[in-house]
Amino acid sequence: MFFIEFISGIGRVVLGTVEHSKRVFSLFRETVYWSVIGPFKKKFPKPKSIFEQMVFVGVKSILIVFFVGLFTGIVIAMQSAYQLAKLGGAIYVAAMVSVSMVRELGPVLTSLVVAGRVGAAITAELGTMKVSEQIEALDTLALNPIRFLVVPRFLALLLMLPCLVLFSDIMGIFGGYLVGVYNLGLNSHRYIDVSFDFMAWKDIWTGLIKSVTFATIISMIGCYMGLNTRGGAEGVGKATTVSVVTSFVLIILFDCILTGLFYFSNM
Amino acid sequence: MEHKETAVKVENLVRRFGERTILNGIDLEIKKGETFVIMGGSGCGKSTLLRHMIGSLKPDSGRVSLLGTDITNLTEDEMDAIKKKVGMSFQGSALFDSMTVGENVSLALREHTKLEENVINIMIKMKLELVGLSGFEDLMPSQLSGGMKKRVGLARAIAMDPEIIFYDEPTAGLDPIVAGVIDKLILDLSKKLSITSIVVTHDMGSVFRIADRIAMLYEGKVVEVGTKDEIKHSKNPLVKQFLAGDPDGPIKFFQKSDDYLEQLTK
Repeated sequence: MFFIEFISGIGRVVLGTVEHSKRVFSLFRETVYWSVIGPFKKKFPKPKSIFEQMVFVGVKSILIVFFVGLFTGIVIAMQSAYQLAKLGGAIYVAAMVSVSMVRELGPVLTSLVVAGRVGAAITAELGTMKVSEQIEALDTLALNPIRFLVVPRFLALLLMLPCLVLFSDIMGIFGGYLVGVYNLGLNSHRYIDVSFDFMAWKDIWTGLIKSVTFATIISMIGCYMGLNTRGGAEGVGKATTVSVVTSFVLIILFDCILTGLFYFSNM
Repeated sequence: MEHKETAVKVENLVRRFGERTILNGIDLEIKKGETFVIMGGSGCGKSTLLRHMIGSLKPDSGRVSLLGTDITNLTEDEMDAIKKKVGMSFQGSALFDSMTVGENVSLALREHTKLEENVINIMIKMKLELVGLSGFEDLMPSQLSGGMKKRVGLARAIAMDPEIIFYDEPTAGLDPIVAGVIDKLILDLSKKLSITSIVVTHDMGSVFRIADRIAMLYEGKVVEVGTKDEIKHSKNPLVKQFLAGDPDGPIKFFQKSDDYLEQLTK
């Protein structure tokens, strides 16, 4: 009896996940459709609404991304300096920091921060609109909620997250530089040279592809959870939590898949 | 009937949510220009019926026609064209809280028309004047009282000069005077602009103030349709009980006592 319940429980979870994935994907398809076809059909959101979202996503995240990037760079530098100094290669701290920031930590940590800040805000805002009938009101005014609410948020994240990632990369490298030059006593020019010598173009563009993927995840999960919120204030709270947790897990999962694709396949 | 043309026609509408049948074969015909009230107890399906009439829910079977067009199988563009001729006033007013009163009222105009900014500003003032709120366009919805929000919602609903307005519980949760003001507004709008009004409510005072005709819904079915007088003098025990607000009668609020005993002793 317990065994059957266990199996059917697993079945329910799997079926539920498949159903949600399908619906997220169809939201994504519709969002891309309106983002690409919208301008030609004159059904594109106002530039002002996209701009407002870009300010919220990008400009207002700068401070937190600055701190996260800077301190991550400092921490990697300190941790690797301890190991590398034993081998007599303290200068390789520069390479260590720059490559790990650009490839991995810049995109992933920035996206996690943005998922927590922006993804949660998107879900909470759309969720509140949903439970107070505002989404339905938009619909009765013949304004498609996807075109009106999802597309500006999607485009804002798609444009601003790569910028934030680049900013975070630079701040991380700067953090490493501070440790290398002022703590380990390395030569400033030499540190910068080594930082960029070990970095390939591939490191940068794979990082940016990752950030675009993560931007899609954050916006789609945030909007999907918001638009499907039910059950008043409690529902909004739950939806926001689920949105952030799902985004976090998906970001790490897709980071794993993309890293495998870029560095462990014949690409 | 003095008005010949049909504004809304509902034919054999059935809708189920899971195992429960919410709407069980609804037939209604609402004429252009009339104020039609749909009344019934909580959970009888009247809000669900309204959602089907504005096309935000699709029926399991049956048809809904707005202004002569069957809306059950339309493309998005066709449906948008119909939606522009229809306004909706929501129970919780559903104003966009990130926008000012003026932006709320003018949103549809800005998105669907190419009017110039000064024309739109005049339109905002006119619509707000109609609901007695001129001069409030720069306030945020959070600065308004419940009754004022309802009136702004109404101004937003009439912004595109609709032919039909749907009202979901327009007077729920308002004090009697504000409720009276809203009722008067509904009447004014339908008389001044000859708009068809469809009102879902269980506020009996309001029903008899505004209705041309009334339909009573019970367990997903229309049990009676008629004018105010016909409903007032109806012999139908369901209608009589509803009007009197009698806890005892054919409409069961409590479950049967033997069921209760069984549940207690189970």
